[in-house]
Amino acid sequence: MAGLELLSDQGYRLDGRKATELRKLQARMGVFTQADGSAYLEQGNTKALAVVYGPHEMRGSRSRTLHDRAVINCQYSMATFSTAERKRRPHGDRKSTEMSLHLKQTFEAAVMTQLYPRSQIDIYVKILQSDGGNYSVCVNAATLAVIDAGIPMRDYVCACTVGFVDETPLADLCYAEESGGVSSLALALLPRGGQIALLQMDARLHQDHLETLIEAAMTACKGVSKVLDEVVRQHLQEASVLTGE
Amino acid sequence: MLKSKTFVKKTRSGGVMKVVREHYLRDDIWCGSEVCTECKQESTVLQKDACMESSLCSYPHYLVPDTNVVLHQIDILEDPVICNVIILQTVLQEVRHRSAPVYKRLKDIIHEKEKHFYTFTNEHHRDTFIEREPGESANDRNDRAIRVAVKWYSQHLKTFESDTDGLKVVLLTNDQGNKQKAQDNGLLVYKCEEYVKSLIANPELVDRLALSSDDKSEITSSKVLFPEHFPLSRIQTGIKSGSFLQGTFRASRDNYLEATVFVQGEGEDSTEVLIQGLQNLNRAVHQDVVAVQLLPRSEWVAPSSVVLQDEGTGKDDEDAEEEEGNLRTAAAEAARKPTGKVVGVIKRNWRPFCGMLNVSQIKESTRHLFTPADRRIPRIRIETRQASTLAGQRIMVAIDGWPKDSRYPNGHFVRSLGGAGEKETEEEVLLLEHDVPHQAFSQAVLSFLPKMPWAITPEDMMKREDLRPLTVCSVDPPGCTDIDDALHCRELENGNLEVGVHIADVSHFIRPGNALDKEAANRGTTVYLCGKRIDMVPELLSSNLCSLRSNVDRLAFSCIWEINHKAEILKTRFTKSVINSKASLTYAEAQMRIDDTNKNDDITKSLRGLNKLAKILKRQRIEKGALTLSSLEVRFHMDSETHDPIDLQTKELMETNSMVEEFMLLANISVAQKIYDEFPECALLRKHPAPPPSNYDILIKAAKSKEVEVHTDSAKALADSLDAAKVDGFPYFNTLLRILATRCMMQAVYFCSGMDSDFHHYGLASPIYTHFTSPIRRYADIIVHRLLAVAIGADTTYPDLMDKHKQSALCNNLNYRHKMSQYAQRASVAFHTQLFFKSRGILNEEGFILFVRKNAIIVLIPKFGLEGTVFFDSKDKVSPNIVFEEEGPTLSVEQHKFHIFDKVKVTISLDDSNIQHQKIRMALIEPVVRKTKTELLTVKKNKTPKKQQKLC
Repeated sequence: MAGLELLSDQGYRLDGRKATELRKLQARMGVFTQADGSAYLEQGNTKALAVVYGPHEMRGSRSRTLHDRAVINCQYSMATFSTAERKRRPHGDRKSTEMSLHLKQTFEAAVMTQLYPRSQIDIYVKILQSDGGNYSVCVNAATLAVIDAGIPMRDYVCACTVGFVDETPLADLCYAEESGGVSSLALALLPRGGQIALLQMDARLHQDHLETLIEAAMTACKGVSKVLDEVVRQHLQEASVLTGE
Repeated sequence: MLKSKTFVKKTRSGGVMKVVREHYLRDDIWCGSEVCTECKQESTVLQKDACMESSLCSYPHYLVPDTNVVLHQIDILEDPVICNVIILQTVLQEVRHRSAPVYKRLKDIIHEKEKHFYTFTNEHHRDTFIEREPGESANDRNDRAIRVAVKWYSQHLKTFESDTDGLKVVLLTNDQGNKQKAQDNGLLVYKCEEYVKSLIANPELVDRLALSSDDKSEITSSKVLFPEHFPLSRIQTGIKSGSFLQGTFRASRDNYLEATVFVQGEGEDSTEVLIQGLQNLNRAVHQDVVAVQLLPRSEWVAPSSVVLQDEGTGKDDEDAEEEEGNLRTAAAEAARKPTGKVVGVIKRNWRPFCGMLNVSQIKESTRHLFTPADRRIPRIRIETRQASTLAGQRIMVAIDGWPKDSRYPNGHFVRSLGGAGEKETEEEVLLLEHDVPHQAFSQAVLSFLPKMPWAITPEDMMKREDLRPLTVCSVDPPGCTDIDDALHCRELENGNLEVGVHIADVSHFIRPGNALDKEAANRGTTVYLCGKRIDMVPELLSSNLCSLRSNVDRLAFSCIWEINHKAEILKTRFTKSVINSKASLTYAEAQMRIDDTNKNDDITKSLRGLNKLAKILKRQRIEKGALTLSSLEVRFHMDSETHDPIDLQTKELMETNSMVEEFMLLANISVAQKIYDEFPECALLRKHPAPPPSNYDILIKAAKSKEVEVHTDSAKALADSLDAAKVDGFPYFNTLLRILATRCMMQAVYFCSGMDSDFHHYGLASPIYTHFTSPIRRYADIIVHRLLAVAIGADTTYPDLMDKHKQSALCNNLNYRHKMSQYAQRASVAFHTQLFFKSRGILNEEGFILFVRKNAIIVLIPKFGLEGTVFFDSKDKVSPNIVFEEEGPTLSVEQHKFHIFDKVKVTISLDDSNIQHQKIRMALIEPVVRKTKTELLTVKKNKTPKKQQKLC
């Protein structure tokens, strides 16, 4: 049997998108009231929940305290029911530890931590349903949650994965594409300044193609940022109506 | 609009998994028609006046074939008459899953602009996507999807009806149910046959229709002739449990009632199962993958030595049973072999076959039998109305199916190749029969060629070394237009020599993974026939941009050595470069320059330097044990206008031939070492395994008959004893012995270094070897170029290059193509020899006995490099008294005793009694073995077992 054709001659992908098109992105902020900030975000079939606590004083080992800025603590997890087969995923397995670390790095670059010395910000992200691009969805959800918590950031952090098929970069890969042997790259961007918060790739790709791929990723991230911006504005409007201002 | 697709899928380990996928339905997929003003498309494919004159559809129309029509009637779709066709995505996907070759052909058609084929992505379109309903099978859903898309098209186009004189969409399907449903929906629908028959302009097209399954019953009698094939599921369980064996079916060339199934076991352990009798063969065709069941040991038989050709008249006759009776001769217990019967066909390997039509005796009949040129293929029944025109022509026929109640498979006419015996036709036939891809390059392939006028860009110059000032020249056979190598030699200031081999930089033009690259990888090699060349890469590259012609700037990949006067290599360097060849010489011209003491220009000096070094290199190589083997190669002098051969000559070798060869070997070895050092896992190398000692038996025996001893313990010993082998008064003996030695050798093959541990090249006595020097005509060289370019940092790598499994698969294809091209080449020489003798009439020539067989001798005529068999027994004549002695070997016919190497005189003539298999007839005239004219039979010349060896 022939494998999947990731990009048809007519330029359509498996799910009917064109190469540069993103999946449908929907989000809501302030889904929980007890946490300081929270957000729910869907990017196609990948769904994530992000919750932010803080900034608050250091908990646990005080030795990690930084005197000039806040410590960011990230925890990533996947719901047991997030994939086609139910699977128990204990905390601290290597994949989620790595992902937590990546998230931490991303947000350390974006959050203005120097405003809160000797304090801590907790970001918890859970993947409720996974269909590719977990990292990017987590970053996007967490951004909204951080904004919801009212923690100042330099800019939105928007992330997107891109893959490279038939000399064409594909934006926002779904699971079928990710597992189809595509070299994929995840990029987190601060769109206004065009600064890259995180760039991760662990597949083989030729150097010559890297630039076009990053270019495509940045365009995709800017697309994401537009949607996030709208969500935030929408949320603010709703909130201001509620408070009667 | 967003839809979610949910379906369950079986995983490889057998579990069932649920897959959920998103599906975005779009409203920006356009119809692709010229008439449409609603769609915002940039370019249109389908024409406004889509005219295919048909008596069924008098209006302009677009065709929409369903999957089965595409799969079975691709021959029809390829016809230039058929254009303005809409290929739905549903159809394209299904075709892709069901048949890779048809998919490729379909894609080629879509790429062709004149055909106006448009791919409509109906599965992503908002109005044409449909969901599978509960209880609906996948096939039914797809059929419905096709109908919905057709409906959409007809409604879509209706809006523009006023200005298109009633443009319509016509669905083609062969499925009765589908057709009915489509009619109920108010669609225009025809069976493929109905439609093709209605085409006014092209009645011949009807013959190219494949028979669909519901027509088959009409053609055959109701009697069931063959046992039913088991269903695939049962075969699979049978194979797993070991009750059935899976293998490749190989029909016997000489006996149509016999075949063997080659069962590949674990590792070396593979067996052959004998199949005998029509019932047991059970409709398997040569090269099919079949499942066989072994018969009980008591029913095992020995392969019969009878030659049987299917002479049936076309009726489902009973003769076969009689003939089968003849086969069952009592065989000794020991000679019996595992025997079985075919219980099912796992994979058909049908391709279109070349052959000729046996016109039916009944004049009005439209059903005829077709006899393929390859005797292993059964005769095929076809239906045609143009039998009278096709008689005497070579035609191609494809098999459509073989129902169990038919004696012969049913097929359909594909195309005519031309009159039998004509040169173009025969060339076409031998290309097709040797599976040499020789179609014109498709548009998709040509689109990757550089745009003309082409010039070296400044960026190219930046990355390359400028070697244009060097006195580079090329030396090739006369008339060569694909010059892939050039040389230079100059003295350095320190007294050493700098020698450069410059190879055309084909990998600069052929980038990995594109259609051009894929085509070249598939072709594998350029095939040289007599007076014709089948290019591996399009001519623009092979004869122009890549060819290192004189006085133009060309891109090259150079291998440059610093060599001292004792021909020791001091330094090796590889670089991409730009060269400007100063002269393209032929071997003879180069030789003249070297010999002419008055000439002292740069080119000549360079040639002399090269020649001097080459001699030393050759001596060194021979000292190491490289073999100098011999095989007669003939060259035809062609008439410049008719291209008929007017003279035949064995190829002459000059010093300059060996000069060029020596440096090519040196370059190949240097490159092989470099890429292997750099990529131990994935270097593409070439090896030539040492032959097993038993291969040499015949050589040793033959030499012994002349009291010459040949040592075969090592290549060196063999080379030395061949050099020493001389018989007084028989100057040709040495050459004959070398020809024999050549036949003992194994085939040299390409392999991937990560998959093998033995790299030795026996014939060249080199521990490592590869092909680097002819990238224009061999694909292996292109890969080696890429590897080397990566190794020196001049180019980029890509995943497939570093994947040893992929590369190994590539090697298999290259080896296959090389073998086939050699066979094709030989067949071409054989055919031209026939043409030559046809014009010459009967000739008497001297020859030597090369082999002695049980009932025949094989004679080699050095003058023509021609080999033929002289038989001493025949079917209908009383056979002479023949005694064969294994030791010697000798053959006594009546009073005369034949030894190997004996000089004989034969008469050569052309036997054209069988127009499909013409052959050279050889008959002995001296020594006379009988008073009466000896009845002599010959075997077709190209069938004689020739195991030639190409060493470089």
